[in-house]
Amino acid sequence: MDGMNKTNFLDVGALEDIAPLGARTIATALGDIAIFRTDGDEVFALRDQCPHKQGPLSQGIVHGTSVTCPLHNWVISLQSGKAQGLDVGCTPHFAVKVEAGRVLLSLP
Amino acid sequence: MNMMVSPRKKLIVIGNGMAGMRTVEEILHRAPGMFDITVFGAEPQPNYDRIMLSPLLAGDKTFDQIVLNSLDWYAEHKIELIAGESVTTIDRAARVVTGEHGTTRHYDILLLATGSNPIVLPLPGVERSGVMTFRSVADVEKMLETAGPNKSAVVIGGGLLGLEAAHGLNLRGMEVSVVHLMPTLMERQLDASAAHLLERSLTQRGMTIYTSANTESLDGEGESGPVHSVTLKDGSRIKADLVVMAVGIRPNTNLAKASGLACDRGILVDAAMCTSDPAVFAIGECIEHNKACYGLVAPIWDMAKVAADHITGLAQTQFTPIATGTRLKVSGVEMFSAGAFMGDETTDDIILRDAARGIYKRLVLRGEKLVGVVCFGDARDAGWYFQLLKDEESIAHLRETIIHGPVTASADPLEALACLPDTAEICGCNGVKKSSICTAIAEHGLKSVDDVRTRTKASASCGSCTNLVEGLLKLTLGAEFSAAGAKPMCKCTTHGHDEVRHRIKGGMLKTIPAVMQALEFHTPNGCASCRPAINFYLLAAWPGEYVDDAQSRFVNERMHANIQKDGTYSVIPRMWGGTTTAGELRAIADVVDKFNIPTVKITGGQRVDMLGVRKEDLRAVWQDLNAAGMVSGHAYGKALRTVKTCVGSEWCRFGTQDSTSMGVALEKATWGSWHPHKVKLAVSGCPRNCAEATIKDFGIIATEAGWDLHVGGNGGIKIRVTDLLCKVTTDEEVMEYACAFLQLYRMEARYLERTAPWIERVGLKYVQEKIVDNAELRRSLFEDFLYAQKFAQIDPWAEESACNTRGKKYDAMAELV
Ligand code: SRM
Ligand SMILES: Cc1cc2nc3c(=O)[nH]c(=O)nc-3n(C[C@H](O)[C@H](O)[C@H](O)COP(=O)(O)OP(=O)(O)OC[C@H]3O[C@@H](n4cnc5c(N)ncnc54)[C@H](O)[C@@H]3O)c2cc1C
Ligand code: SF4
Ligand code: FES
Repeated sequence: MDGMNKTNFLDVGALEDIAPLGARTIATALGDIAIFRTDGDEVFALRDQCPHKQGPLSQGIVHGTSVTCPLHNWVISLQSGKAQGLDVGCTPHFAVKVEAGRVLLSLP
Repeated sequence: MNMMVSPRKKLIVIGNGMAGMRTVEEILHRAPGMFDITVFGAEPQPNYDRIMLSPLLAGDKTFDQIVLNSLDWYAEHKIELIAGESVTTIDRAARVVTGEHGTTRHYDILLLATGSNPIVLPLPGVERSGVMTFRSVADVEKMLETAGPNKSAVVIGGGLLGLEAAHGLNLRGMEVSVVHLMPTLMERQLDASAAHLLERSLTQRGMTIYTSANTESLDGEGESGPVHSVTLKDGSRIKADLVVMAVGIRPNTNLAKASGLACDRGILVDAAMCTSDPAVFAIGECIEHNKACYGLVAPIWDMAKVAADHITGLAQTQFTPIATGTRLKVSGVEMFSAGAFMGDETTDDIILRDAARGIYKRLVLRGEKLVGVVCFGDARDAGWYFQLLKDEESIAHLRETIIHGPVTASADPLEALACLPDTAEICGCNGVKKSSICTAIAEHGLKSVDDVRTRTKASASCGSCTNLVEGLLKLTLGAEFSAAGAKPMCKCTTHGHDEVRHRIKGGMLKTIPAVMQALEFHTPNGCASCRPAINFYLLAAWPGEYVDDAQSRFVNERMHANIQKDGTYSVIPRMWGGTTTAGELRAIADVVDKFNIPTVKITGGQRVDMLGVRKEDLRAVWQDLNAAGMVSGHAYGKALRTVKTCVGSEWCRFGTQDSTSMGVALEKATWGSWHPHKVKLAVSGCPRNCAEATIKDFGIIATEAGWDLHVGGNGGIKIRVTDLLCKVTTDEEVMEYACAFLQLYRMEARYLERTAPWIERVGLKYVQEKIVDNAELRRSLFEDFLYAQKFAQIDPWAEESACNTRGKKYDAMAELV
């Protein structure tokens, strides 16, 4: 079978274009996707909408592997998109990786 | 025909490096006589320990000391070594390899161990002499030709290899700079905290470290002269007689690809180390297994065993990657990291920061298992941790004490403190002994570290003994102490706001990582609550010196506009003292039309709010407003917001002073200043108080005789009417008192504490003593304020719309629609 199990990764920009502990957005047909960069230069991609009231997560403060939503301070895991602590909710996450300084995003 | 059938099979190894020869050793160990072995090596030397090139460069070892297998060894095992000839073709159909000098050999089994090649960035000037990589003995020899005292070297790349090169050249007497693209050194092996300590320790050795730095070109005389300097993207220039590029490695797949073997990033192998051709094995840095490539020897030793099992056919083992640990071979720097040291949402951290000894340890646990380790400053227990990590067994029983290592795994720090003799010195800066502190606590009923500071001076200077003082309080007061202790700033630390501020000043702490290290934070980079606070404290403490950290600002302060519930922003330009002009209003009207801004509103702060501006339009909106002379109103900041005024004596029939001009002057003097919370001023022209000055942080009310100065007012949820601070007569006094008050507040209040709760906490009397009674202090607070304003009064809108790199955050990174 050709192309079996191959996920398509799209080059969406350079890692250096995202500030460490910062985020940038990608406009897609599915809505905005936020790409976060940790201080260890890991990247994560979440839908740019807080599970609480759709706050733009890309504008929050990134710490460890979480982001604090700018609207009402929910803390969202960058890895799973799940709200942390007592809050309940989840935002979709996407596969993303860095290769040779480029950020590669995979959309379902 | 004379058929000479060899009883032995023919094994050819391409690559006389660490992986290839280790496999040969493993094969000889399993089946000494099974193969006739030929080794091709591109390097002229016998097999040597590549890892030891760092000590070789540093002068700690000689080449003879790093040889792994001497020529005698090859002879003894009847291995034919063809050194100094690299293989150029493999004819897999005929099973023949050919070297660059024409040597040909036939094989039954072929082992590729071609290692990897250093990545060479295609920078302008890269071909100049003096530019080199760090991979082989030949590279080291080349470096040593140029190295020497009074010469300069630039190492591009602050990873393991780059730093070891830098260290070696530093020991050779060179002036060494390291240029690293990422914000922190060794980001693949260290978290930011450890990287910060590493940077400090390298800087102390005289190296200059440039982080977040990108190289533009390698320069020299004319087109082809030797390199003499390196230019960075930001324009800075560094002198360089030698440039070492250590930016990474790429598996060496050239030969494999050319001979039609399946390759991706590396030569593709299965768990038996077999390539797409069953007669060809591959091992070491040149391979790719399960999407991973390797750059350390530990997994290579495992590969060698597996390959030997399959090549001899004696066992059917499989290669499974195990966790690897990294140490930096820089003498005097103890560092170790392994496993998933960055942690994630499924892990917990145990962090130990011993600021005085420069120690940082972080253990990452998933459930009951240790999954990651970072040690800096003290790596004595690294081996123990690494074993626990590899064993993957529960460490639940060790959890309490594991951070202190296997030996201290039971000692209680309080007990240790209790055992110290009375004469032991606790505070080195002020020479305070244990007995003096304990006596003072008992005699004067001291309850907090601050009390101890005032009484004994212990921990009043650098503050690094604060933990010990706290311990003594705990010992002396028992349970009473925790009740009296300050509330921690947040879950990341046990220290309260005042303590953090005190330590920033006393300890000369100038960056967020430095604060987190010195105060022994338990999280790697804080949280959304402490980071903005620390960022503000640093900004207030070190004006003109501290570089603001945008990522530690709340969204509004980072975007210089207020975020709205739908993710759009509002824009409020300054209108000095609530005054405006036809030109400003016209410019606002034009902006509203041009950008289709849905709502325009007069704010409660006497200015105009444009609501619903799209993030992408912000910069263009600001540019237009700037062009009409307007600047940011900081309606989004923990900063000076508004100075409201009434019309005053210029027009009003009751007005006694020119409140409008006074308000404008105050706003011009104070705009741009950052504070623990928002700050609002108002000036009313008479006691009718139309500017509502008595619910402002600093309110001014004109009288016949001059001005009444009021402080600590607050509208909001919990309304508080101001207290009268004092009465003054001249405009100059108003300015001096207002600025001195703001400075006192900025320097002493806790983050997110407005003037009203601050004054309730410290008392009006305290403020009056400092601002009214003590003219000298008032004067110096005023001057400190003016000094800080020199760096603060830069319109963020103009700055953001002019700067392209900063502008990035307003736009999408890519559009996929
Ligand atoms: C725009 C404005 C309302 C208006 O349309 O008039 C406004 C809007 C907001 N106010 Fe206000 N306040 C505005 C004048 C006031 C005033 C009146 C004044 O300044 O004279 C007060 C009471 C006086 C005071 O501050 O003591 C006021 C007391 C508050 C408070 C309560 C503060 C407190 O200490 O309790 C908050 C909440 C907070 O800051 O935590 C708040 C918070 C807010 C926020 C920032 C809410 C938020 O976090 O998103 C609103 C932002 C809207 C936006 O995007 O622009 N706003 N707010 C006024 C802007 C003034 C300006 O030109 O900058
Ligand atoms: C300065 C330095 C410090 C290091 N420090 C550490 C450390 O502290 N810890 C750690 O675990 N690892 C360290 N490493 C990495 C470690 O040295 C490598 O992982 C290891 O050497 C890889 O072994 P290899 O056999 O795959 O490649 P190599 O050792 O590079 O061997 C490959 C050999 O193949 C030869 N070759 C290539 N193509 C051909 C051809 N066509 N014909 C003939 N010969 C060919 C090459 O010339 C080379 O001699 C360090 C590396 C360097 C450079
Ligand atoms: S009063 Fe409440 S709703 Fe109105 S602007 Fe202020 S914070 Fe927003
Ligand atoms: S929308 Fe994110 S916390 Fe409310």
